[in-house]
Amino acid sequence: MDLFDKLQILTGAAKYDVACTSSGVDKKSSQGGIGSAAACGICHSFSADGRCISLLKVLMTNICIYDCKYCVNRRTNDIKRAAFTPRELAELTISFYRRNYIEGLFLSSGVIKNPDYTCELMIEALSILRSQYNFSGYIHAKAIPGADNALLTRLGLLADRMSVNIELPSQESLQLLAPDKSKHSILSPMRHIQNKITEKTSDVIRYKHAPKFAPAGQSTQMIIGATAETDYQILNLTESLYKKYNLKRVFFSAYVPVSESSLLPSIGSKPNLLREHRLYQADWMLRYYGFSALEILDEKHQSLNPYIDPKCNWALNHLELFPVDVNKADYESLLRVPGIGPTSAKRIITARRTTRLSFDDLKKLGVVLKRAEYFITYRGKTTLGVKISQDSILRSLMSDKELSLLSLNGYKQLSFFDGDIEGVVKKCLTGKT
Amino acid sequence: MPDRENIIYQFDGSFDGLMCCVFESYDKKEFPSDIITDNAQCSFVPVKYIETDTYKSERVIRSIPKRMGHNAFEFIRNAYLTCHPEKYYFIFRFMQLGYKHGERIMGMLADEVVNTLFKAVKALNNETHLLKGFIRFSDYDGVLAAVIEPKNIVLPKLAHHFCERFPEENFIIYDKTNKMALVYKPYNAEIIYMDDLILPDADDKEKTIRGLWKLFYDTIEIKSRHNSKCRQSHMPKRYWKHMTEFSEIENKRPLIEEIKRIGE
Ligand code: SF4
Repeated sequence: MDLFDKLQILTGAAKYDVACTSSGVDKKSSQGGIGSAAACGICHSFSADGRCISLLKVLMTNICIYDCKYCVNRRTNDIKRAAFTPRELAELTISFYRRNYIEGLFLSSGVIKNPDYTCELMIEALSILRSQYNFSGYIHAKAIPGADNALLTRLGLLADRMSVNIELPSQESLQLLAPDKSKHSILSPMRHIQNKITEKTSDVIRYKHAPKFAPAGQSTQMIIGATAETDYQILNLTESLYKKYNLKRVFFSAYVPVSESSLLPSIGSKPNLLREHRLYQADWMLRYYGFSALEILDEKHQSLNPYIDPKCNWALNHLELFPVDVNKADYESLLRVPGIGPTSAKRIITARRTTRLSFDDLKKLGVVLKRAEYFITYRGKTTLGVKISQDSILRSLMSDKELSLLSLNGYKQLSFFDGDIEGVVKKCLTGKT
Repeated sequence: MPDRENIIYQFDGSFDGLMCCVFESYDKKEFPSDIITDNAQCSFVPVKYIETDTYKSERVIRSIPKRMGHNAFEFIRNAYLTCHPEKYYFIFRFMQLGYKHGERIMGMLADEVVNTLFKAVKALNNETHLLKGFIRFSDYDGVLAAVIEPKNIVLPKLAHHFCERFPEENFIIYDKTNKMALVYKPYNAEIIYMDDLILPDADDKEKTIRGLWKLFYDTIEIKSRHNSKCRQSHMPKRYWKHMTEFSEIENKRPLIEEIKRIGE
């Protein structure tokens, strides 16, 4: 088997993993070395599905002794298997990196022989990169659940970011679909990594040259739509991962059917991109807009509204807080206006120091008013001059297509899979929020 | 002082030259109605040629951070690199405003001049950021070479990033639009004017790596999520021309491998 075959197999097996951002560390190459990592992520290309390519995302091997039902690499699946040697992988990474194809490496693996052995192979590949090639570029390594803590520590010292996939949003689902994994085997390496990161951070403060343990922090990924968890459960879990485990990012990945199992959506059913998209928007609200999970959804409202983004949705349910006066409101209140993000909010605050902002000024500042206009006033006026009502706003925020869907199906009962949802998805994916 | 005077300034296009226009206007209390670099279009307004004199330009340059702050200075330097067709005149007017309003100038986003330049600089920064990712090098006997066709003058803004990333390499990035090149050898970088850059054919090793990259690129797509519109909005087509993953010929395994496979 040549390198082309291996690359094809091991890329194909890794591509459903979403965590391909390379941000969060800022460092220079060492003397005589190669590579740097820029604090704001760099996309080196975009694949034909529109996703950012920043790292060489491959598996060490797709051979696996486990049998997780949602995974292409599961033992019982009849597919071609391959494995890189650590040296091959290191050389491939360097060849790509020198040509500026990539920002670094994202390495994950199936479990070959046992978790420890797998982890050692990964460590060897990363060691060649770090010590023989003096590579300072970005490396994201997946921790192998079940591997020895000492090995995880070594891996973490070589990597910039580490992650453990939480895979499925609840213990029940894990038991059902990944019988070899338990919540414990996932959360315990997560805790170990978290402890190491804090420990090493204080080391670094004490001794300037202590090697950093995964300086870009820890992230995780969960599969959405393979099991029955609601958006409410998922968001709560996400929030607690940020709080309790100090994760940098939680990634969602709409389940792409890879096997026929009565426990899973059947092959050929489309991945629910709209739901994934809405969850990312809600995640954004948690991380950048100062919302808590309970403000977004609660016991009574378990699903995100498929038609409008969750921030709009929140605003519509809190009309008593609007409109907000752009010439007076503080940063936090501006951030809560649909259509206004951190950049626009900062610009508004800067610009209004020298002038009282009018509607045209806002346009010049690049504030997208399509949504915001319903929720703001300037110099005491709203842009519309009409009394706002929930219904009328909702109508103006949606396209005709969405409106017809709404009247056809009755908004509440609409499930994601109903009708021609494609148009809606497209609009949501292209409409910036 | 009348708002506009019946005069146009012409200069050599250099940053220093532009600063000398500012000097002249201040010195002579004139307010030109335009600033141009070549006198091709005939006009009825008299054109005054401003000589570049580094003594004058340095005095102006030193005054900028003092009078309107470091951010404004940085901003003016960036504005000079943009591809806005009337950037010289806008920079000139920006500086007039800056002398008048001081540091507040950077917050006057609702002003037409400030706003136009902000947008132009934003486009420059955006293009710079994209190119940090989209530039593709090829290895020619140990020397890395890349070609780009940007809208703005991005090389000065890219230099730091690539020199820091590849400190031990010899590399060149050729900007075909502006006919400039960033040339680096350890540990020395230079930006020079260059009419053309002719590259040799890629050797087998280079072709293999290109092929591997193209294979990776094609394989990483999740077909059930295909969305070429989204790809294009993130990565406008004008960049594709110089990107390995879109080059036609290279999508081949090396010949020997090809033969081996057929034989199997
Ligand atoms: S352990 Fe990982 S690679 Fe192996 S079957 Fe489970 S999810 Fe797939």
